[in-house]
Amino acid sequence: MNGPVSIEVLKQHLIDPEICIRCNTCEETCPIDAITHDDNNYVVRADVCNGCMACVSPCPTGAIDNWRTVLRAEAYSIDEQFTWDVLPAQGTTADDALRAGQAEGGVGAQAAAEPAGIEVDTVRGSTVPPWSAAKPYVNLYTHKAPLRATVVGNYRLTEAATESDIHHIVLDFGTTPFPVLEGQSLGILPPGTAPDGRAHHARQYSIASPRDGERKGYNNISLTVKRVTQDYQGKRVDGVCSNYLCDLKKGDTVEVIGPFGNTFLMPNHADSHLLMICTGTGSAPMRAMTEYRRRRRLKGATGKLMLFFGARTQEELPYFGPLLNLPKDFIDTNFAFSRTPGQPKRYVQDVMRERAADVAQLLRDDSTYIYVCGLKGMEDGVLQALQAIADQHGLAWETLWPKLKRDGRLHLETY
Amino acid sequence: MSSINYSEKIPNNVNLADDRTLQRALEQWQPNFLSWWGDMGPEGSHGYDVYLRTAVSVDAGGWAHFDHVKMPDYRWGIFLTPGQEDRKIHFGEHKGEAAWQEVPGEHRANLRRIIVTQGDTEPASVEQQRHLGLTAPSMYDLRNLFQVNVEEGRHLWAMVYLLHRYFGRDGREEAEALLERRSGDADNPRILGAFNEKTPDWLSFYMFTYFTDRDGKFQLSALAESGFDPLARTTKFMLTEEAHHMFVGESGVSRVIQRTAQVMNELKTDDVSKIRAAGVIDLATIQRYINFHYSVTIDLFGADQSSNAATFYNSGLKGRYEEGKRDDDHQLNGQMYRLLDVQDGKLVEREVPMLNAMNEVLRDDYIKDSVAGVGRWNKVLEKAGIDVRLTVPHKAFNRQIGTFAGVRVAPDGRVISEAEWQANQAKWLPTPEDRAYVASLMGRVMEPGKFANWIAPPAMGINRQPVDFEYVRFN
Repeated sequence: MNGPVSIEVLKQHLIDPEICIRCNTCEETCPIDAITHDDNNYVVRADVCNGCMACVSPCPTGAIDNWRTVLRAEAYSIDEQFTWDVLPAQGTTADDALRAGQAEGGVGAQAAAEPAGIEVDTVRGSTVPPWSAAKPYVNLYTHKAPLRATVVGNYRLTEAATESDIHHIVLDFGTTPFPVLEGQSLGILPPGTAPDGRAHHARQYSIASPRDGERKGYNNISLTVKRVTQDYQGKRVDGVCSNYLCDLKKGDTVEVIGPFGNTFLMPNHADSHLLMICTGTGSAPMRAMTEYRRRRRLKGATGKLMLFFGARTQEELPYFGPLLNLPKDFIDTNFAFSRTPGQPKRYVQDVMRERAADVAQLLRDDSTYIYVCGLKGMEDGVLQALQAIADQHGLAWETLWPKLKRDGRLHLETY
Repeated sequence: MSSINYSEKIPNNVNLADDRTLQRALEQWQPNFLSWWGDMGPEGSHGYDVYLRTAVSVDAGGWAHFDHVKMPDYRWGIFLTPGQEDRKIHFGEHKGEAAWQEVPGEHRANLRRIIVTQGDTEPASVEQQRHLGLTAPSMYDLRNLFQVNVEEGRHLWAMVYLLHRYFGRDGREEAEALLERRSGDADNPRILGAFNEKTPDWLSFYMFTYFTDRDGKFQLSALAESGFDPLARTTKFMLTEEAHHMFVGESGVSRVIQRTAQVMNELKTDDVSKIRAAGVIDLATIQRYINFHYSVTIDLFGADQSSNAATFYNSGLKGRYEEGKRDDDHQLNGQMYRLLDVQDGKLVEREVPMLNAMNEVLRDDYIKDSVAGVGRWNKVLEKAGIDVRLTVPHKAFNRQIGTFAGVRVAPDGRVISEAEWQANQAKWLPTPEDRAYVASLMGRVMEPGKFANWIAPPAMGINRQPVDFEYVRFN
């Protein structure tokens, strides 16, 4: 394979050597010694930095506030950074991977699928999992040694009349172990080669089923995949991986790598509450968590579930029917449709504001864990809504936010 | 006398509200400070709302709080880096003993002297810079000047806190005297020479904040190692703010160079008269300013051989720069250090006990740090394709303190005759004509996002604000 070794994407913290005055403030401020220097440069250790931002506001120059999206396996080493006169441009391998994915993206293409990077925002969200999360396995299967899975189901989730073609795809691993937790993702290697003759990059998908399988007791998982037919400008583009997956037949096989993800995980203590906010196929991890809780409902779990779920229309919302069938006292579900004819546009953040009192009640509780998944653009709106709700209810977002991050209770995963 | 709302007006982490003695001392001092600020603070700017970074607590989230504030209402505050439990003195003859939380009697006079000398530099800078607001090359730079000013003011508070809290009546008298001396006043000057020099123009200001505030960084770093814990904690916190001053200097000079290089390239000339005619500062003048500020500043470190410095180190009052990161015995008995000296008209090295050379040790660390930054300025020239390189002069050049006081040394380190010095002085140090030319460029530019012709805009704004942000509101 020519592809990268791992498709785990990292937002790497870097210091601009052209602007930095080497005053040592950042190194002094960093609570976990992620910053060091030589005679030439101040640099950040990618494997230590957790993006806590403690160094950012004390920096007098602004040099500290630089980030590059890279593949984790290809993060810039400190020795490399010591030699820099200027920051490298965003680009190289990670960018290739992302670009390949973005070509399939597109407005409204809320495919957990598309850009090869599902990006965990560790700057604004937590860098640690909930304390009671189970310990995940990661990177068991790589490009060099992928796992072959068999398609055992492929159903269209959205109404046939809608443009939005979202599929629920079930993959079975037979007797090969592929242990996953809710919130994790996997990579799919689409067959064939890109126009440059190299093998396609892997595409990353959130897993939509709980840890004990799409079908309990079976070694299988499910994915939520949206077929991509347009790019961001609305031009006709056929998604490399999403079309491949949506067209799979029962019995076909696919190459899988992963699992990935070690922070966007659910708490396991019985009284923990889940506040879930998603759009489109960003619902995949939420489905996994909800299903896990539903199956154990009678085993003493007392935590509340509150879901804010956005889509363009009701018909384009995956899992709409099954969601409506869940008991109201099990999950508090709130929909936001942005393209219902004759109705004003409503986004998840609008509905969150309408339910401010109940959201605030959850925010007030130290057992509440927040999950956000969908297109990158949704992060700002959701965080602003959380801030407004917290501040209105005397919860001081300025102090609550860092606490949520530190305690592994705010998880942002977007693409 | 107006009473002080301690938690609001003087944010602090020294439990000021419960310390009656300290309150009384500060209640006396604070109105005098405000009156000094009124007289000697930035001229004509008391009503402006300035986008300032204010420390409201010492944790990461609290000490860099950005907002528009009027400078007299800046929350000056008393902040010490949080204490470290069981901190030990880590150098000198008391090495291994518990750090002092109160002043040991035998070191009282020396500690007071150290604190007063450091404290005196803070209001001095404000006084030296008070007229600069009238000629700021941009609103962005004006904001930076004001930020430097209020932080110097806060550093004065930090030293005054130590004097009031730990030195009784003597301390109160010294704290008063800090507000009575005046930079450049023939009758009652500031303690150190460089702080009586004028800062007449913005190039001088940038040089001052690059070179002289960097002296502050090294002095504060050495004090941050002190066995007297309150001094160590106070100066540690001050260092985080001092960094901003050095940034103003480094980026300021860098932007001047960038603009000059740009004009040189546009006009395709290195002819000084043409460059000056285009309204930018020629590189030779910039080099002369470097020579002046660098040499004046390295005098600040004191005599190259000093028994006081040995005492300060030995008794655990003042360590070396990054003392904790060095891997020697931290007592230095029997260790030697090489100093420069003049013999038979030549510079030679001689060895002296390191303890007596502590000023030189700190000076050499400073020099290394200064030179690195000049190298970064040269990258601007390199990038612009201009062959000229700026340098710092030899450390024996133009010295007034220590072995080289009175010895004539060229920037390249040759010992020269008085006649040669006189013949070349105008080539090496800023002349009245240079200063007059630079002064002629100074004029106020106050439109957001606009910059004087002789300086390039910065690479980025403050606190991720755009460069054309309204950093100062004139009301």
